[in-house]
Amino acid sequence: MADDNEVPPGQEAYQPANFAFDAESEAEIAVHLAKYPAGRQASAVIPLLYVVQKQMKRHTDSAWVPRAGMDAIAARLSMAPIRVYEVATFYLMFNLKPVGKWHLQVCTTTPCWLRGSDEVVRAVREFAAIEGFGETSADGAFTMTEVECLGACVNAPILQVNDDFYEDMDAARTRQLLEALRRGTPPKPGSMAGRQGSAPEGGPTVLTTLAFAPGT
Amino acid sequence: MLADQDRIFTNLYGLHDWRLAAARARGDWDGTKEILARGRDAIVEEMKASGLRGRGGAGFPTGLKWSFMPKQSDGRPAYLAVNADESEPGTCKDRDIIRNDPHKLIEGCLIACFAMGAGAAYIYIRGEFCNEARVLDAAIAEAYAAGLIGKNACGSGYDCDVFLHRGAGAYICGEETALLESLEGKKGMPRMKPPFPAAVGLYGCPTTVNNVESIAVAPTILRRGAAWFAGIGRKNNAGPKVFCISGHVNKPCNVEEELGIPLRELIEKHAGGVRGGWDNLLAVIPGGSSVPVLPKSICDEVLMDFDSLREVRSGLGTAAVIVMDKSTDIIRAIARLSQFYKHESCGQCTPCREGTGWMMRVMNRMVEGRAEPDEIDTLEQVTRQVEGHTICALGDAAAWPIQGLIRHFRPVMEARIAAYKQRGRLPSMPLAAE
Repeated sequence: MADDNEVPPGQEAYQPANFAFDAESEAEIAVHLAKYPAGRQASAVIPLLYVVQKQMKRHTDSAWVPRAGMDAIAARLSMAPIRVYEVATFYLMFNLKPVGKWHLQVCTTTPCWLRGSDEVVRAVREFAAIEGFGETSADGAFTMTEVECLGACVNAPILQVNDDFYEDMDAARTRQLLEALRRGTPPKPGSMAGRQGSAPEGGPTVLTTLAFAPGT
Repeated sequence: MLADQDRIFTNLYGLHDWRLAAARARGDWDGTKEILARGRDAIVEEMKASGLRGRGGAGFPTGLKWSFMPKQSDGRPAYLAVNADESEPGTCKDRDIIRNDPHKLIEGCLIACFAMGAGAAYIYIRGEFCNEARVLDAAIAEAYAAGLIGKNACGSGYDCDVFLHRGAGAYICGEETALLESLEGKKGMPRMKPPFPAAVGLYGCPTTVNNVESIAVAPTILRRGAAWFAGIGRKNNAGPKVFCISGHVNKPCNVEEELGIPLRELIEKHAGGVRGGWDNLLAVIPGGSSVPVLPKSICDEVLMDFDSLREVRSGLGTAAVIVMDKSTDIIRAIARLSQFYKHESCGQCTPCREGTGWMMRVMNRMVEGRAEPDEIDTLEQVTRQVEGHTICALGDAAAWPIQGLIRHFRPVMEARIAAYKQRGRLPSMPLAAE
């Protein structure tokens, strides 16, 4: 049961009083709205939630969707605000409260677990000095979230940082990655073991006999 | 082994450029106008003759699915929705197609739209694939700029739009009607069928939902002919297929292989073998997390195709092969999947909403052994009460891994319970109390 003293969702102290789309967001909104037939602009609700989350990242360095942003979307798409709230709360990728500068999303589903995701979780916990999932480090740099299968299982385990996948992780690589993030110099996303995409370590066993025109 | 010249995804690993000029050099967009000139019916017949079965998991014949769309419009537009919400644990094949061979998918969209009288394709890509979506977005822009899609696509006289739409982290949106709900701007909750999407789909209009791989192979099938495709693989299980091999193998990877390849050959030839050797194998989940696990004794001989895996009471699913060696706590491996399904249940149907949580809690006790031996039967019965009693297949998908565990590893579960009792720890708890 909810505590009597609990603040209702959307009215927490960290919620900004209002939200207005900036010019960059407006340009993105125009692109999204053009994809859907007349009268079907509600289709753009997920794209616009991303627009809000990205704008918050630009302005506050924390990617999240405040309630005022949802209200702005509702007004823009002529939807009841509750329809936007229920979408924002249904889909996992919308952060409904501020997150750290680096949002560390650790996949722990079976394929990643088999390859050592527990090690990755432990390394994040130690480096960021946080206890568990959903917590943000004291300096606001890191938030760790447990996520379900990220769809890159042959490069497991995966640690997603903001929009980027870091693959073939282990404890040492996790520490190196977090050190680089703390310095503000994120490495190139992809395999941290130097693999070419999803090819087996050491190079492909197939597609070795095809030649295409130079430069392709 | 599938010969390189019979591979469809020639840039699976991203060794080459994904952009239009390079894609054309690899054969994409070659003679697309002529393919369309064969006419709608001829294309559908060729797809039927190829024997292509849908690559998203269910294995429904793609050409037949296309033929369900209305031949004459009643005034409503028709749509193609491409399912790029790849989220089935173990599966990461569509990701490679999208980031490395996006033009195969876009060309496939045009051909499929034409064959079904659809004026637009929406590609619904999972939200986490941010960088993959950027590539696909850029490839779509290239295709528009080159006149390959849009008005008078490829000079064919046919108008066809292709739009990219990002999801936002919900496994259930890979279910075709949940995908359509999500595309309409709602929570991803599956719809009752009938009506089927081919009659009432996106925005109430005729719609077909196809997996990325199913659409992306279509142009090559039409260029090389149905007979070529049907000649690869086994009867009723035709063609090459992208397999994802993860878990306890020496070299996890994706690889395109012939359907019907022996599981052992697939693992040993391409993934460097099981860690510690074949005899160190415990079990394999052969088609993504939803299909029942197979013990080594079956893995020794089984072939990787729809019908062979069905005969051993599992399934090809998405062809995502999750390998577990003898160091694996198999109960925990399956319990983690129960947590996955509990997390991803949309909550619409009571058996799934309540059942996935119940099954997860009992599975977590089974990991410890904090249970009574007859609770294994109770657990099995509950999976039967969830299976087949929900609007969509997520309830089935939550039930099957547990059924597979009980079928093949019941002695392991019983031993765990006995060991727990022997340690004289806390008495077991009644069923699945929270």
